[in-house]
Amino acid sequence: MNIVDRRLNPSGKNLANRQRFMRRAKALIRKAVHESSASRSIKDADQAGEVSLPAHGVHEPSFRRSSSGGIRDHLLPGNKRYIEGDTIPRPPGGGGAGGAEGAPDGEGEDDFRFALSRDEFVDLFLEDLELPDLAKRKVVDAEQLSWHRAGYSVSGSPTNLALNRTVRNSLSRRIALRRPKAEEIQRLRDEIAALSADEDAAVQRMELEEQLRRALRRTSLIPYIDPLDVRYKRFESHPKPVAQAVMFCLMDVSGSMTEHMKDLAKRFYVLLYIFLKRRYKNVDVVFIRHTHQAQEVDEDTFFHSPETGGTVVSTALDEMQRIVEERYSPDAWNIYAAQASDGDNTASDNDRTANLLTNVILPACQYYAYLEVGRDSEHFPPGFIRRDSDLWQTYTAICRSGVPMAMRKVGHRRDIYPVFRELFARKNQAETV
Amino acid sequence: MSTTGIETQTELGGEAGRAEHPIFEGADWEFSTIQRAHEAIQRVALDELGLDVYPNQIEVIGAEQMLDAYSSIGMPLFYKHWSFGKHFARHEAMYRTGMQGLAYEIVINSNPCISYIMEENTATMQALVIAHAAFGHNHFFKNNYLFKQWTDADGILDYLEFARGFVMDCEERYGEAAVERLLDAAHALMSHGVHRYPRPRTINLRMEQDRQRERRLHDEQVFNDLWRTVPGKGAQRSDPSAEERRRALLQLPQENILYFLEKTAPRLAPWQREILRIVRHIAQYFYPQSQTKLMNEGCATYVHYEIMQRLHQKGLLTDGAYVEFLRSHTNVVFQPEFDDPRYSGINPYALGFAMMQDIQRICTEPTAEDEIWFPAIAGKGDAMAVLRDVWANYRDESFILQFLSPRLIRQFGLFHVMDDASEPTLSVEAIHDERGYRKIQRALARQYDVAWTAPDIQVVDVNLAGDRKLILHHRALNQITLDERDARHVLQHLADLWGYDVLMKEIDPTTESVLKEHAATPRSGLLGADGA
Repeated sequence: MNIVDRRLNPSGKNLANRQRFMRRAKALIRKAVHESSASRSIKDADQAGEVSLPAHGVHEPSFRRSSSGGIRDHLLPGNKRYIEGDTIPRPPGGGGAGGAEGAPDGEGEDDFRFALSRDEFVDLFLEDLELPDLAKRKVVDAEQLSWHRAGYSVSGSPTNLALNRTVRNSLSRRIALRRPKAEEIQRLRDEIAALSADEDAAVQRMELEEQLRRALRRTSLIPYIDPLDVRYKRFESHPKPVAQAVMFCLMDVSGSMTEHMKDLAKRFYVLLYIFLKRRYKNVDVVFIRHTHQAQEVDEDTFFHSPETGGTVVSTALDEMQRIVEERYSPDAWNIYAAQASDGDNTASDNDRTANLLTNVILPACQYYAYLEVGRDSEHFPPGFIRRDSDLWQTYTAICRSGVPMAMRKVGHRRDIYPVFRELFARKNQAETV
Repeated sequence: MSTTGIETQTELGGEAGRAEHPIFEGADWEFSTIQRAHEAIQRVALDELGLDVYPNQIEVIGAEQMLDAYSSIGMPLFYKHWSFGKHFARHEAMYRTGMQGLAYEIVINSNPCISYIMEENTATMQALVIAHAAFGHNHFFKNNYLFKQWTDADGILDYLEFARGFVMDCEERYGEAAVERLLDAAHALMSHGVHRYPRPRTINLRMEQDRQRERRLHDEQVFNDLWRTVPGKGAQRSDPSAEERRRALLQLPQENILYFLEKTAPRLAPWQREILRIVRHIAQYFYPQSQTKLMNEGCATYVHYEIMQRLHQKGLLTDGAYVEFLRSHTNVVFQPEFDDPRYSGINPYALGFAMMQDIQRICTEPTAEDEIWFPAIAGKGDAMAVLRDVWANYRDESFILQFLSPRLIRQFGLFHVMDDASEPTLSVEAIHDERGYRKIQRALARQYDVAWTAPDIQVVDVNLAGDRKLILHHRALNQITLDERDARHVLQHLADLWGYDVLMKEIDPTTESVLKEHAATPRSGLLGADGA
C-alpha cells in the first residue's frame, strides 16, 4: 500500500476551469454584480460575496425525460395504511406521490449561487464602469521615498561596508596572486627553529630562510585587503505611496436634495472608495452632511436620514477642517474630498466658502472633487439657457489650473462612470502635457 | 520480558483472542496509524472475507482538493472545461454556507486503486473509509462483470492524461472557443455516447483463417451432391433494397450517437472526431457505475461493517472508536420513510446494505419462506462465498429481481404507486403482501434498469447521398416524452456536429404513433464549417 500526502500539492488546480466558467457566464455575472453592488454599503462595495445567476443561463442540457405526463411508477418505503387498489389524490404540483417525491430532476429553476472573490468582484465592477487601467494611472503625487538594497558599489560610507563581499574579493585575489598563508610562514619558522641546533643542516636551513624571506616579501607586497576589494552595499530610493488615505464625503442634505440625487452621490462615493482602496492599504471614510449646519455622521444616517434646513456650504468645510486638524494630519494622510450638492447655497456664504476652500481645504487635499447632481427628469427646451448655480459660479472662479480640484455636473446614473473617469483623467493629462 | 512479545503474536493469530493493543486510541492519526489500520483491515479483508482487490494507494487530501475531485467526476486529472468550473463553484458555495458536507472519501476504479481520504477525518473515520473504499469498492471494481467488461482499470489514468494533453493541444491549435463549442455539444450527448451491449470484436487475420477452415470442413462434412439438383431459389432472392443496404453499412439503427457521429458525420475534422471519441470513452468508463450504484454501495457498506465489527471483536478497536463508527454507520444506512420531510428517494446505502445482510441471513438462518424463494442459497452456510459470487455476477436490476426477499419488502414497507397522467388519481398497485412481492420486485428492479430509466434514442436513418438529413427516434416508454427545452438544445448541438438538418420523432412504442417531433438546423460558422 502507498500513502500519498496530497495536501501540500499546489492549490488552485481548478483555477483554469473557473476562469472559463467566468468567461462563459460573463454577461450574467456582470449583471448580477451590478445588481448586488447597488444594495451594498460603500465600505462593503468591493468585498467578496455571493452572486446568484439564473439557472438556465449556465445550464448543461441533455436528453432527459420530462418531469410531467405519461405513466410513472413510484416505489416508496414506509407503507403504513395503503392496501392494493387504494387511490390517492394527486398531490398538488404534480410529479411525486405522497408529496414527498421532490422534483426528480433537481435542477428546477433555482438560481445558481456562487461566491466571487474580492478581486473578481472589483474587476467586474470596474470593468462594468469602463475604467480601464485606472489603477495604473498616476493620479496625484501621493508618494514618499523608501530605500531598498540594490547590489554593491565600490564607493560609499563606511557604515555601508559589505564585509562578506569585501573579504570574498580579497580572498580570491590572494589566492590568485598566491599570497603565502600565515600557517605556511609559521611552518617555515618552526622548521628553521628545529634545524637551528643542528650544525649539519646549515645548508638546508639557509634554503629555508631564503624561502621565508621570499614569503615575507610577498606578504608585504600583496596586501591582505586591497582598496580594490572593498565593496559597499548600495541603496536605491524607491517612491513609496503613503499607505493611508482618508476620504471625506460632503453632502448637502437639505430638502432640495432628492433621493435620486443622493443615489447619484452614493454611486460616486462608492467609485471613489473602490478606487482609493486599490491604491492605499487603509482608507478611512468620513461622512459630513450639512444643511445650514454641518455634522459628522455614520454612513446610514448620511444617506438615509432626512434633514431640513437652509444651505450653508461653508459649515461643512469648517467641519472638515476641524476633523483634519484633529485626526488626519496632511503629513501622514492622503486626503481626498468629494462634495455632492445640487448647487444651492445661501448667497451671503459664497465668499466665505471660496475663501475657506482656497486657503485651507485645497492646500491640505490631494484632490477635491465637486459633483453637482441634477434631476433625472430635467429637460430644458431648446434655446433655454440654464443658469449656473451659485456654488458652480463660486467654484468656477477657484478652479483654475494647478489647483487640485475638479467639478462636474451629473444628471443621470449612466453619467457617473464617465464623469468619474474624466475627473481622474484630466489631472493626468495636464501632467503629461 | 521478551516473552510478552511472543504472547501477543500468538494471541493475534488465535481465533477468539483479543489483542493487547488497539491500532489507535483517540481521534488523532498520523501516517503510521493509517499504515497500521490498513494492515489490520487487509488481514481481515483478504484472509477472513476472501476479498480480491487491486493494490491500494491512499491519498490524503484537504477540503479544496475534495471539491476539485467533485467537480471533475472524482477523477484526479481531467481536461479543462467551463462546466467543471461551474460545478466547483456550486459545491464550494454550498460547502461554505454549510448546506452540504463533504464526502469522507472518493475512490477511483483504477489499478492501483486510488482512495482519497479527507484530512479532517478522525482516526476511526479513516479506518472506516479504508475498509469501505479501499477494500469494499475496490473488490467490487475488480470483480464485477460490468466493470471487467467495460472499463480498463490499468489504463484509465494514462488515458485521461492523454485526453487532457490532446484537448490542450487542440485549444492551442484551433482556439479555445472552437474546442469549447465542441465539448459543449459532446457533453450534451454524453449520456447517449455509450455502447450498451458488447459489440463483436473485429476479427484479425488468424481468426478469419480459422473461420474459413471451419466452414470448409463443415461444407465437406455435409456435402451431398443431390443438393446441386434441387431447383435453386437464387434468381428469386431479391437483393436487399438500397435503403436496407445503406442502413446496414452505417450500422443503423445506432443508439450510441457520439460513436455514430465520430464515424459518420461528414464535416468533422479529424481532431474533432478524436475529441468526440475521448468524451465517449469517458462516458463508457462511467457507464457501469450508474448501473451498480446500489450493489457497489451495498457491497462496500457490508464490507466495512463486517471488518469494523471483527476488528472490534479482536480488540483492535477501542470501544469508543467502535461507538463512533456505529454512529456514523447508522447515519449512512438511514432510510427515511416516504412521508418524512427528509425523504429523497431510496437510499442505496440502506437498501444495498440491508440486502447484503439479508443474503447472509438466508445463507445461515433461513426461514421456511426463504427455502421457497431462494432454494439455491438458503441454508448454504458460507455467506461470504455467496456474496462474492453475487458481487461478481449481478448488476442492480438483476440483483433486486433475484434477491429482494419478501422479508425485506415487509421490513421496508415498500409499496408501488402508479401515476398515470391521464387519470385523476394515483393508484396503489402493490404493497408488501403475498400478491405484491413479485410485483414490487419487478417494479423496483425496473427503476434500476438503465433501459427503463434512460430515454431510448436511436439514429435510425440518414441518406448520405441525398439531403443528408439525420433522423432519430425516441421510443417514449410509458408515453413520457423528452423535456422540451433540453431536447431542443441538445438537438441543436447535434445538428451543429452533424452539419445538416436533424429530425427527431418521439414515438409511442405501443401504438407506433408519433407523439412529438423536433427539428434542428445547424448554425452557420460553427463546428462543421470550422473543421471543413
